[in-house]
Amino acid sequence: MRIGVFICKCGTNIAKTVDTEAVARKALEYPDVVYATDYMYTCSEPGQEEIREAITKHRLQGVVVAACTPRMHEPTFRRAVEKAGLNRYMFEQANIREHVSWVNNDRESNTLKAMDLVHMAVEKLRLNHPLFSSKVPINKRVLVIGGGVAGIQAALDCSEGGLDVVMVEREATIGGKMAKLDKTFPTIDCSSCILGPKMVDISQKENISLHAYSEIESVSGYIGNFKVKIRKKATYVDWNACTGCGECTQKCPSKKTHDKFNEGLGSTTAINIPFPQAIPKRARINAESCLYLTKGKCRKCEKVCPADAIRFDMEDEIITEEVGAIVVATGYDMFDYSVYGEYGGGRYPDVITSLQYERILSASGPYGGHIVRPSDGREPKDIVFLSCVGSRDASVGRPYCSGVCCMYIAKQAIITRDHLPDCNCYVSYMDIRSPGKNYDEFVRRAQEEYGINYIRGRVGKIYPKGNRLIVQGVDTLMGVQMDIEADLVVLATGLEASDGARELAEKLRISYDQYGWYMESHPKLRPVETNTAGVYLAGVCQGPKDIPASVAQGSAAAAKVLVLFSRDTIETDPQVAFVNERVCISCGKCIEVCPFGAIQWKTLRDGSQKAEVLPTVCQGCGLCNATCPPKAVQLQHCTDDQILAEVNAVCE
Amino acid sequence: MPKRIAYYPGCSCEGMANEYDQSTRALCKVLNIDLVDIPDWNCCGSTPSNSYDPLLGAALAGRNLALAEAEGFDLVMTPCPSCLKSLKTAIKVYNDQKQDFAHLLNMPFSGKIKVISVLQLLYEEVGVEKIKERIKKPLTDKVIIPYYGCLLSRPPEFAEFDDPENPVSMDELLLAAGAKVPDFPYKTECCGAAYGVTINNIVGKLAGRILDMAQSLKTDAVAVACPLCQQNLDLRQSQVNRFCHRNFKIPVPYITQLIGYALGIDLKELGIHKLFVNADNLFKETV
Repeated sequence: MRIGVFICKCGTNIAKTVDTEAVARKALEYPDVVYATDYMYTCSEPGQEEIREAITKHRLQGVVVAACTPRMHEPTFRRAVEKAGLNRYMFEQANIREHVSWVNNDRESNTLKAMDLVHMAVEKLRLNHPLFSSKVPINKRVLVIGGGVAGIQAALDCSEGGLDVVMVEREATIGGKMAKLDKTFPTIDCSSCILGPKMVDISQKENISLHAYSEIESVSGYIGNFKVKIRKKATYVDWNACTGCGECTQKCPSKKTHDKFNEGLGSTTAINIPFPQAIPKRARINAESCLYLTKGKCRKCEKVCPADAIRFDMEDEIITEEVGAIVVATGYDMFDYSVYGEYGGGRYPDVITSLQYERILSASGPYGGHIVRPSDGREPKDIVFLSCVGSRDASVGRPYCSGVCCMYIAKQAIITRDHLPDCNCYVSYMDIRSPGKNYDEFVRRAQEEYGINYIRGRVGKIYPKGNRLIVQGVDTLMGVQMDIEADLVVLATGLEASDGARELAEKLRISYDQYGWYMESHPKLRPVETNTAGVYLAGVCQGPKDIPASVAQGSAAAAKVLVLFSRDTIETDPQVAFVNERVCISCGKCIEVCPFGAIQWKTLRDGSQKAEVLPTVCQGCGLCNATCPPKAVQLQHCTDDQILAEVNAVCE
Repeated sequence: MPKRIAYYPGCSCEGMANEYDQSTRALCKVLNIDLVDIPDWNCCGSTPSNSYDPLLGAALAGRNLALAEAEGFDLVMTPCPSCLKSLKTAIKVYNDQKQDFAHLLNMPFSGKIKVISVLQLLYEEVGVEKIKERIKKPLTDKVIIPYYGCLLSRPPEFAEFDDPENPVSMDELLLAAGAKVPDFPYKTECCGAAYGVTINNIVGKLAGRILDMAQSLKTDAVAVACPLCQQNLDLRQSQVNRFCHRNFKIPVPYITQLIGYALGIDLKELGIHKLFVNADNLFKETV
């Protein structure tokens, strides 16, 4: 084989701590290497051109590039060698940036390590042979997980683009957190007025099928051909029959049920419709508080239901949907305010979360939009808003900024002053973060036009005095202690990964960071892709963001799906397992260990049974390769011989 | 078989807080815990040695733990939160600077011994339920406010006990003893600490705030678990009154005295008569 080696300097990223020229010189000593050089930016157009020219000029049969991680530019270089007439798998990449120059400053040892890595790549390349991908058809249906504003946007855009959409929502209604908000910043436009029509669209589009009150049970398959099992949780109401008339909710005697939609303010009935604009507008029985399901007596709803829709014997049902791509838009949860014992959240009824305050402000909320205290229904005269409750605080494991609280506090304070002009609003803040279009102007208006008192500092304690609350803290600009008597305290609770986010990620085989936020494929250049092909991200599940950003990401994810589906087939990766039938002893161990069900029996003409890999299902994990006793199964492009050749090179 | 625990009284329990020591011993006896004084124990180092040389201070406190280890103990209990801090610091410094520490200490020491407060002993080792079962004279109708001070639950990585900002261990113990326990917002506010000696007015102001808040909750007593808190609230209560122009007469017993009484221990044995503010209103009998 005639091999060419190209060492990238990556500007100074690599060249600063690796002697690339020496590495190139050394490479010429390795077997089969006929050409070696270093270059400023190998990934650039002239850099790629140089590879192509060298292939022609030196009649190269294989190429090694020592540069950044293959995760970054392997596809780039594969395309480059392919353009020059080589098979794209006659290419190896040695990572001398992330694995060498970025992690150590010692030039001498770095250079030696870079040489070793290049040597390994050369030895591996010597055992490579051309591989060819096959084509599989794409199932042009898309699954959207999560029916908040990001998921709704992604679903509607896909639907507009002519795709069949399956939407799965964990709660009994779509709308997510945005449906709970009263108004939105910085325009103070009504949240349900702008979200409502989109929710209705979801229910009315013929190519969108909505599974509300359902969760993802398992995901198998691969890009273009996913198989998703969905658990439709028992609602005890036949949603095909239910008309959403609400008759049952009027008669249900179990009236002390926790009202999840209203964030626990007030209570609801055991059979309920979350809110009047719910989509789907269907009743559901809360099994934990239903008198019949807990104590065996009642069945009032069954008697009054004009549609005979009540089904007390309903059980969870598992259905299977086949899709070609998945958009994950699972959103977030609010930080648990009781973690701060000193603020008394959960102990004092008038210390509430910002989302509870949204429900208080909302005309469809528990108090009909009148601002009153949860404890005694009195109008507050003084309200304190506390920023950063569960944000930017390493001591509670939340060192990140939630990004939206500064803005929603300003919004809530402005709305408060509109409703109750005599109510004093105080905002205790650490810093004001308002970097968005018209955002800082909005906060300024809160301070200057609406007379909201912004106090920089931190609150250390909240305690009751009579029927009011004392908010004790520090004003760091004045350098004094402050004690504010308040009627209501709103904690600007931060955002955290939604409950169950990690479990779902494991089902989807996508990664998440230490806080449970889903990882995008590249923080700048691939913000909606994941590292699992065919799975895309939208909204807060990827990290805190506000409504405009969530909507933008929802549309971006939809665009990615439409791009994927613009072709009829996708090329499969040929780096999969392959069975050498002459060596196979038909023990079946590979079939047992394969997590993807990608290996099956094949009957030969002589009637003997041998293992066979389905290349479109195989994910190239290598478990079968490691398990096979006679090593008949080999992972293409990463065979045992290749690994041993690399080990030999590094141990030389 | 009674549980054997090494006991480190510390200097305040030999002097100012004698009744804390007495009541702790009496209470443990009733609860079938055998307190064994660490033989030849010495000063925990307190503030002076630690501000002069933290390593030396740690070794000084560490000697007590080494002595306890030599007697075969794996658990040390001390009533004083300040001693507790010194002893726990010794273990931390030992883990950080093993060689220097060992050189100064010049005794075998493994650092594996655990140190807890008497409150922690009652709450975690004995348990609220166990205590509740054995209540003989409940403190029925008495409003008692738990005051934890700064050290018992904080800093959290150090105290490793209770909620740092809203501790509840004393609340639960007092509830088990039958008392009424209002939500006390100043549970962990500063009592003025050692300023009682140097700048007395600071204690006047800070202890005054605590007593004022307690008074507003119509309390019969403020329960404490720290000799310095007790001193500032009880011994200095007359000074606080002078500074704040008030007339507080709030008894400030130790938690061990209150639980001890509820478990049926004689008031004299608990040293109730050694409190400065008379606490007779709390109990059915007098000393």
